[in-house]
Amino acid sequence: MSDNSAQSYWKSNIRIVLSLLAVWFFISFGCGILLVDVLDNFRIGGFKLGFWIAQQGSIFVFVVLIFVYIHLMDKLDDRYNLETSNNDQTPSPEIETSSEEDAK
Amino acid sequence: MSVQIWTFIFVFLTFGLYVGIAIWSRAGSTSDFYVAGSGVPPLANGMATAADWMSAASFISMAGLISFLGRDGTFYLMGWTGGYVLLALLLAPYLRKFGKFTVPDFIGDRYYSKTARLIAVFCAISISFVYVCGQMQGAGIVFSRFLEVDITTGVIIGMAIVFFYAVMGGMKGITYTQVAQYCVLIFAFMVPAIFISILMTGIPIPQIGFGAQLTEAFGNGYLLDRLDGMSEELGFATYTEGQRSTQDVFFITAALMFGTAGLPHVIIRFFTVPNVRDARRSAGYALVFIAILYTTAPAVAAFARTNLINTVKTSSIRQYRNGFPKWESTNLIVFDEKMMMAASNMSANPEDNELEVNRDIMVLANPEIAGVS
Repeated sequence: MSDNSAQSYWKSNIRIVLSLLAVWFFISFGCGILLVDVLDNFRIGGFKLGFWIAQQGSIFVFVVLIFVYIHLMDKLDDRYNLETSNNDQTPSPEIETSSEEDAK
Repeated sequence: MSVQIWTFIFVFLTFGLYVGIAIWSRAGSTSDFYVAGSGVPPLANGMATAADWMSAASFISMAGLISFLGRDGTFYLMGWTGGYVLLALLLAPYLRKFGKFTVPDFIGDRYYSKTARLIAVFCAISISFVYVCGQMQGAGIVFSRFLEVDITTGVIIGMAIVFFYAVMGGMKGITYTQVAQYCVLIFAFMVPAIFISILMTGIPIPQIGFGAQLTEAFGNGYLLDRLDGMSEELGFATYTEGQRSTQDVFFITAALMFGTAGLPHVIIRFFTVPNVRDARRSAGYALVFIAILYTTAPAVAAFARTNLINTVKTSSIRQYRNGFPKWESTNLIVFDEKMMMAASNMSANPEDNELEVNRDIMVLANPEIAGVS
């Protein structure tokens, strides 16, 4: 992988991770802990909203986050043509110029 | 046949299965022993990770703890599952990419330092050692209940069996015993939860029953509202309100999250899949499998608490006591007959309290308290 595309791959990687972690923080620490009493003023069915997020909702969000991550990273790997054949330790693919241009 | 004989048969069959798997998957090489030859399919690895992850503490003790902590119990739920997100996003794929056997390998190579590597080894061993203590306590409790032996004997039996299949099968053996264990564990956790949910709310999905209306026998109204009301009546804290300060909960949750992301026996799981993509995928599957239990646990906690208070209020302590001869012998439920009354007394005030339930057995005793078994 050329330095340039390695760098831009890494940049996109970091961007994906950071934005997912922002959601992670907002839901768990934000809604589940810091804002829980405010959210408790709303109800869904028999649950107070804050309580529900803290004990149920946050966990569902975590699951969704990981699957979004899997999807985005697979797409990113495809875009940079990262083949992950069995047992290779450091995927070192050749980037075809055409696919790089597709991506842009 | 008596329940006791059935219990022996089931315990025996389960262990037979584990040992059978160990023999079938005997490790033939170093890579087999440490990382199962990096050939575990992601779905199986997800299940094994989930089983490794949850084991005794989550299965036996967590719901009980939550049922005593109320909303504060959240730090276990979010702490452990939230830490998993960190692990899946920040650690798992990169460690797999690195492609060796252990985390100390990684640290040593990454920082070109034998000392760093030694420190990592020391950390990994200390963490594992402390962690095993908790798991062994769990094994002891389970055996003391089902085989009616004391806890120390229970711990020794459990250790002997684990030692046998771990040494023999290596990582591959452990992976597939963990897959089997996950199936056993989730079945054992979900079946009583579903039945209790049906019994109390008429809804077979505990996650929904948690926020549903109680059946007539339990006094109608939303389960959580009723639980709040009854707790206050007895002088306990309101179930759905936090008792600890926000910063306590915040930092305990954070500590549990970061700690969870560093569990060595879970991290090593990501070395056992064929490639980086599969490492990411198996992290996703694992969290799904974990979430099934982790979203059920708070429901079970609320059911158990409601049930306990309800039953205690409507039967005398003597009647109640007669229902639990087995549990009383483990000393995990303590009855203290102070008053000869038609209704027994459970109270936040220790002087009036007649019933002490150890948090560790809430889940196991729950079906009996609810009258399901």
